[in-house]
Amino acid sequence: MTEKLKKTGLIFFPAFDWAISETHPEREERLLYTQDQVFEEGLLDLDNITEFKPGIATYDDINRTHICVPDAKSLTTQSHLISAGGAITAARKVMTGEVDNAFALVRPPGHHAMLVAHGARGFCNINIEAVMVEYIRKHFGVKKIAIVDTDCHHGDGTQDIYWNDPDILCISLHQDGRTLYPGTGFIDDFGGPNALGATINIPLPPKTSDEGFLHVLDNVILPVLDEFKPQIIINSAGQDNHYSDPITNMCFSAQGYALLNKKLAPHIAVLEGGYSIERALPYVNVGIILAMAGLDYSYVREPDYNPEKIRQSPEISQFIEKESQEILNMWKRRNDMKADIVGSSTYLRRTKNIFYDTDQIHEKQSETVRVCGDCGGLVMIESAADNGRKIFAVILPHQCCPECRRNGEMFFERVNGVQYSNIYFQDREKDVFIIK
Amino acid sequence: MILGIDVGGTHTDAVLVDNFLIKKKTKVRTDNSNITASLLDAARKMITGENIKRIRRIVLSTTISTNAIVQGKTDRVGMIMLNGPGLAPQMLNTGKDSFFISGYINHRGIPIQPLNKKEIKDVGAFFGEEMISQIGVVGKFSPRNPQHELNVAAILDDRQRNFSLGHRFSGQLNFPRRIATTYINAAVHNIYQGFVQRVQQFLQEIQMNVPVYILKADGGTILINQSSAYSVLTIHSGPAASIMGVLATADIKEDAVALDIGGTTTDISVFAEGVPLLEASGVAIGGQKTLIRGLYTKSIGIGGDSAAWIKNGNLFVGPEREGPAAALGGAFPTPTDAMIVLGLAAIGDKQKAVDAIQRLGSQLNTDTVATARMIMDKTITVIADTVRRILEEVNNKPVYTIHDFLEGKTIRPRILYVVGGPAAAIAPGVAALLGYPYKIPEHSEVANALGAALARTTAEINVLADTEKGELTISEEGLVKKIPRNFSLRGVIEAGREALRDRALKMGANLNELEMEVTEEQEFNMIREFHTTGKNIRVKIQIKPGLITNGVARNH
Repeated sequence: MTEKLKKTGLIFFPAFDWAISETHPEREERLLYTQDQVFEEGLLDLDNITEFKPGIATYDDINRTHICVPDAKSLTTQSHLISAGGAITAARKVMTGEVDNAFALVRPPGHHAMLVAHGARGFCNINIEAVMVEYIRKHFGVKKIAIVDTDCHHGDGTQDIYWNDPDILCISLHQDGRTLYPGTGFIDDFGGPNALGATINIPLPPKTSDEGFLHVLDNVILPVLDEFKPQIIINSAGQDNHYSDPITNMCFSAQGYALLNKKLAPHIAVLEGGYSIERALPYVNVGIILAMAGLDYSYVREPDYNPEKIRQSPEISQFIEKESQEILNMWKRRNDMKADIVGSSTYLRRTKNIFYDTDQIHEKQSETVRVCGDCGGLVMIESAADNGRKIFAVILPHQCCPECRRNGEMFFERVNGVQYSNIYFQDREKDVFIIK
Repeated sequence: MILGIDVGGTHTDAVLVDNFLIKKKTKVRTDNSNITASLLDAARKMITGENIKRIRRIVLSTTISTNAIVQGKTDRVGMIMLNGPGLAPQMLNTGKDSFFISGYINHRGIPIQPLNKKEIKDVGAFFGEEMISQIGVVGKFSPRNPQHELNVAAILDDRQRNFSLGHRFSGQLNFPRRIATTYINAAVHNIYQGFVQRVQQFLQEIQMNVPVYILKADGGTILINQSSAYSVLTIHSGPAASIMGVLATADIKEDAVALDIGGTTTDISVFAEGVPLLEASGVAIGGQKTLIRGLYTKSIGIGGDSAAWIKNGNLFVGPEREGPAAALGGAFPTPTDAMIVLGLAAIGDKQKAVDAIQRLGSQLNTDTVATARMIMDKTITVIADTVRRILEEVNNKPVYTIHDFLEGKTIRPRILYVVGGPAAAIAPGVAALLGYPYKIPEHSEVANALGAALARTTAEINVLADTEKGELTISEEGLVKKIPRNFSLRGVIEAGREALRDRALKMGANLNELEMEVTEEQEFNMIREFHTTGKNIRVKIQIKPGLITNGVARNH
């Protein structure tokens, strides 16, 4: 059963001395039994698996990705910087060819952190995958990247950061938002006007098991990736779809996770959620590592694994087949949608109410994007949080066209500062970040 | 007085030490087909009617088990694995008489699947038919709960059989390494046991009744009569003797690097505040990674007799040794020849050295002296680069807490100790490249024996407390006991210190030398559904390698 061996890098940073709060699931103990299993299996002694110490992300790395309010320093602790640094280390090892692929088994997670961040939501302060993606773009000049978010919760933060970016494909499969935090991620969320189809959501019914996940992989994700042709594939690897996870309702297994990673063949996997720390994580993580390294994972099974007991119903199978077809049809029509959506507008606005459950902050945001045929489009955001902070941000995309740049610089120049606590300018193309 | 004997690959060295002064030393050739004879030969040369009453301790470092492995003289071993879920059995190197049976324990030490008695008895019947009496039993996660391993042994117990149980050798997690360690222990048991008996018999013959110790791979000692069940721990004690030898002749107190430059190789070791570093997981024996605690040493293929050669106009030194230096009749020019040409050494036939270097120089269009310098520079650069790489590796070891990440100990050597034949010629150059001063300790040619003689008893234990389960486990002792739910980290450390103390005393430690050190302590709140349900506490305590007292030996 052993496939072609791959050199796999492992960045393991369990942050054994960090928790959100005393009895929070995002706790010190979270990766303890995973560490036990990885050590006991002797995975780090295998010739094709190498462990690397994480680096530490800088505030520049974060400012390239987020608009942190008031600033990156006040929003992060050392643990966030090391977690993001671990993801960056994984990327570096892959991009420099030291390894074929890498898995950053780090915490705390990040995929609920949005472009503008006022605090922590869904256990996340900064989006570690997005910080890594921006690092890869800056330092290695990679243009097209796909992020496949396999966490059980909608990867709403990553979606938000890349909503208007046609070069970063964000696919999130997750438990139906009507039944789980954060309550979003329906198939109509398909990307901003200049980036239609670069956001794909695949909500799955509760009780979806291996068959459902693999159906979606084979019938939506892989065909879309084939067409998008990303240079790098990232698995935002949450492990809370597991049948034993205490805060979700899905029926995915360690075997399923391993097979998914074998088929998806991500260059980089980054740990996201997953809170069944004894019954699932040790087995899921060993399964993913073996699958990434091209090794036999067929003996990796949870002690209570019984595929018959957790198999999804025929109704769920039917639903998923139909939904997959629908999403694929949308993907095929993505280039024809723009005219309908845009009409004669030159700017489009969307407004959002964002709740930071971890930090108990309410934010009202309006995001305006310039309709543009030449780049991702100038984005301007006005955001007010109920902690009294109100900000304005101008964001220029990668490969920014001259028209968007001219407009963006003008808005930043002319915006009336009186009503805002801070005004931000983020130029993703030239890697410039200014707060005034 | 202490008698130390080190059986090396070529020579067996012996030394008598009194109050840290070398009183007597000898060197005999090692007969690799009869190690015990070489050892006793050296002992006979040292022990006289006059000094026999004054010798109060004997320490031996022997290659007996290593040789048995190299020469394939080990016993057939029946292996029983309780592997549970995880790595595929085909990926494990378990020897040919091995069986994977049902029954396993999980990461918390909770039995998940019971043993199948019938299955075990069938395996036992096979071992019986095949006359296999050395049996290794290794369970996944057995350090977390040794019960399955113990039960398998109990089911198969029989007077003829000797059992090696995985959990006894180390509390560290690593199933493949535990398998290798257990296998080797079982395979060398008989041959090692024979050696122990022979030594004891010899002492009886000469009517000596003093404690005899064996040096372990971690640079510590164990009483010979306690060592029989742990023969595997005494393998690979050669490098340990060498490092303890450096420690015994140099007064190392700070972060330091030591080089032992030999003919074929240079061994590099690292000291943190004067204490030699240990291998992170365990030493490798004949390419097999084990859980045997051992001193960290890196051997590189460059030494006084390494061949210097040219490829595509570039000069290389080593890693091959093609016989002795040209000055001593070898075919290739070597660093030793370069030293002779440069007047840094005076051995053998100088003309032969000059000729060999000149021949090499003509290929590079350089004169003889310049070529000799190039050889020296190359040798020095390779060694210095390796030292730097090793330190980078040691200092970049992954850590798992924010505290260690930000404030973890970094080794910054203040001094370089260099021993071995070419030490004086090579040390200054290496030290200059590394940027710290060097010292060539007054090192005796019997340093290894001296290191063995003065090594203290070391031990380590891993203690795990799971207050949700209400159990405390000490793998190395095979101990599982009930604890109350409010058991604390302090209680775990106390229990560990007590167990380590008993263990070390049993191994032969001196009551005054029980310098214990907690090397790891972790305490986790176990949280289930937003409630704290217990604590998972992990503690590792050791008696670190060092000398029996703080003195440093001098030549007499």
